[in-house]
Amino acid sequence: MDGSERRERMGHGFEPAPIATAHGEAALAACWSCFGPVRPAILFCQTCTAVQPPGQADHFSRLGLDLGYDVDAADLDRVYFQHQRQLHPDRFATRTPRERALSQSQATALNEAYETLKDPLRRADYLLHLSRDAATPEGCNLVNDMELLTEAMELREALAEAGSPAEVRVLAARAADDIRRCTSGLSDAFAAGDLDVASRLTTRLKYLRKLADDCRTRRLQLSV
Amino acid sequence: MPPLLQIHEPGATPEPDSGGAPLAIGIDLGTTNSVVAVGRGGSAEVLRDEDGMGLVPSVVAYAADGSAIVGELARQLLLDRPEVVVSSIKRLMGRGSADLKTLAGTLPYELAAPADTDTAGGMVRVVVGGHTLSPVEISADILRALRDRAETVLGRRIERAVVTVPAYFDDAARTATRDAARLAGLDVLRLVNEPTAAALAYGLDDGAEGIYAVYDLGGGTFDVSLLNMQKGVFQVLATGGDASLGGDDFDHAVAEHFLAGRKAKYGEEVLDSTAVKMALMTGRIAKECLSSQKWGEWSLEVDGRHSLHRLERPELEALLTPLVERTIDICAGVLDDAGIDPADVRGVVLVGGSTRVPLVRKRVAELFGREPLSDINPDEVVAVGAALQAEALTRGSDTLLLDVTPLSLGIETMGGIVEKIIPRNTPIPVAKAQEFTTYQDGQRAMSIQVVQGERELVADCRSLAQFELRGIPPMTAGAARIQVMFAVDADGLLTVSAREQTTGTEQTVAVKPSYGLAEDDMARMLYEALEHGARDMQLRVLAEARVEAGRVVGALASALVADGDLLTDDERRAIEGQMAAVRGAIAGEDRDAITAAAETLEALSRPFAERRMDRGIRAALGGRDVREFEGAAEGDREIGP
Repeated sequence: MDGSERRERMGHGFEPAPIATAHGEAALAACWSCFGPVRPAILFCQTCTAVQPPGQADHFSRLGLDLGYDVDAADLDRVYFQHQRQLHPDRFATRTPRERALSQSQATALNEAYETLKDPLRRADYLLHLSRDAATPEGCNLVNDMELLTEAMELREALAEAGSPAEVRVLAARAADDIRRCTSGLSDAFAAGDLDVASRLTTRLKYLRKLADDCRTRRLQLSV
Repeated sequence: MPPLLQIHEPGATPEPDSGGAPLAIGIDLGTTNSVVAVGRGGSAEVLRDEDGMGLVPSVVAYAADGSAIVGELARQLLLDRPEVVVSSIKRLMGRGSADLKTLAGTLPYELAAPADTDTAGGMVRVVVGGHTLSPVEISADILRALRDRAETVLGRRIERAVVTVPAYFDDAARTATRDAARLAGLDVLRLVNEPTAAALAYGLDDGAEGIYAVYDLGGGTFDVSLLNMQKGVFQVLATGGDASLGGDDFDHAVAEHFLAGRKAKYGEEVLDSTAVKMALMTGRIAKECLSSQKWGEWSLEVDGRHSLHRLERPELEALLTPLVERTIDICAGVLDDAGIDPADVRGVVLVGGSTRVPLVRKRVAELFGREPLSDINPDEVVAVGAALQAEALTRGSDTLLLDVTPLSLGIETMGGIVEKIIPRNTPIPVAKAQEFTTYQDGQRAMSIQVVQGERELVADCRSLAQFELRGIPPMTAGAARIQVMFAVDADGLLTVSAREQTTGTEQTVAVKPSYGLAEDDMARMLYEALEHGARDMQLRVLAEARVEAGRVVGALASALVADGDLLTDDERRAIEGQMAAVRGAIAGEDRDAITAAAETLEALSRPFAERRMDRGIRAALGGRDVREFEGAAEGDREIGP
């Protein structure tokens, strides 16, 4: 299966369909405010402009981004701000309680999408979750990788033995380098649709992050 | 041709008794001073007294009959009649009896013994002028005075406000602040974090873009926030602070130094709360004086014995260094959290009166490698930001404040360990679900402890509340799946809801706030508040009914424009007649009449709604396959309106 096919598959069927298919009538919802028909996943009623509930959508389509690992940080900020400008509870401060509650749900969903897509690790986890069996919870992509375990243990020991902030800094710089290589590897793996490689790299990124955090803690301990 | 319909934006129906456009004020409720401001056309103005004073000292004096004097007058009484005056009450907001161990003896309050009936959730109470009052009630008196000032200056009723809180305030302190505003008859449109409000005032003034740091050292609280400012968006990246570190502690350090000098001269002296208040005031005067002078001399009098104390600036700085270094460490931690190098920070804004201390300016400049900005009065900038936000919320604006949770939110798990559910610096609003199960066969209830803080152990974090989940259907151990939803709204306030997943039963969540006021107490206080408290409540429900009825009419008016051809002339006349009736009711004062008219309108227009849905479905299907339509809908995620 080549990359484009994989992406095609990832784009469909991994989320509950936004509308029920058994009955044609369910293809449209009724606006809670004017009771007229509204299309699923639309933000505002096209007739009376009332804000609608957030509805089911993956994080990418919620923000209007293409599904994929490569997300430009500036693009993400731009679309996130653009959506929050319309949906943030501050825009509804003087509206009815129902509209305020809906805007809060919308803004909450946007924040969840933004936080997930902004972080290279959470984004990788999320993409794996979308593209694999939807029943697999996010983060449950355990890989039995001896090479990885050995490397992790060695670095952990090196950190425990580091006796000065300078030594920790060397380890932290190495971890930062590895993190960069890891995310660029993830970008290639997702582009090629190679989920096994992506999954392994995600696990590696997870422990590298932990290592970087531990370096920070250790450096603070040593500099006191 | 039917007459043209007048269409209001839903919710924007004019409110007849408010004398024109809705007006909301911005309030900086400070530890030492408070400020009230109002926004007008994108700029804000601090509301001043006849003498041009914008600052209202956050000091309240209580007469024997319980009436309160707030501000400069009360502050003057602090020296003559300290026993009837209370100051720095903000430091006790959301505090419980358990916190008193760390505060006792360091603050000029006489605290009441913990209540016999612990219904008030363990909130501390202060004894002043023979009255026992909660910090919420005392803060409400300050807010009432600010509201009065605004009403006098603006010449109209004020019912809505944006109130600022320290970014590092926890849920209990935020709730206490909101409750105080409610007691003062103010509807809080939003609680805004103080550094964020300051950034708003600065950013709009200077058109700043990029990463900015706001260093806010007030009378009793310290905050630092890092913001990404982009074309009217103020996105908080990380925030940190200490909700009990401020200029008061500077005063305290100086006072202790003076008292140590007295001790060397006179030996051990017993100090009552009056003597403590005097010593603290002298400490404050010395500190303020040494911001501009090189040295000075101050005298203290206890039990008729005088002592003279000389202090030079280097000595003062030695006393303040541990406190200032603590703020610098917190700044470094926040930079680290956000992954931002000090060199990436485009500007540092100083907020709060305590940033006038030269040592503070020097250390902040050294950390960020640049001279900090303080061209907007650091005492007033927060209120200015609050007023700008109040205007933005009531009249609309392009600016957007995106804030974060200052403290991690977690729950207690086995062995008193905290499991973090929402980490600090998560953008708000946010909601996270957590699943729980039972550990005994037939278990019907469970108790969940919610804490806020960064430490691993529950005992080292702050308990926010104890939640009782009841009504779990009896099942074997581990079979029940109870989903508990923790939601933090845009004010930074937590709500919890729960649901049993296997049966779908909603759980009752009984909240016992660890430090806040129970809802019963709140209701009682609202009732006991000034006689116009009841009138305030009536006006609020009236305003809410008007907004809701306005929405119904507005929505239907839009529907008539889109699908009016689905109605016969008679039907249309009936609906338009009832719409006019609702508008008439809105113009009146009768809340029940408004609600009833709006309900009648909704009932009357139900067949119209059904026809509109039928037409929508026919248009959508239009002989096509359902799947085809689905595809179209999916590719069609537009942003409206």
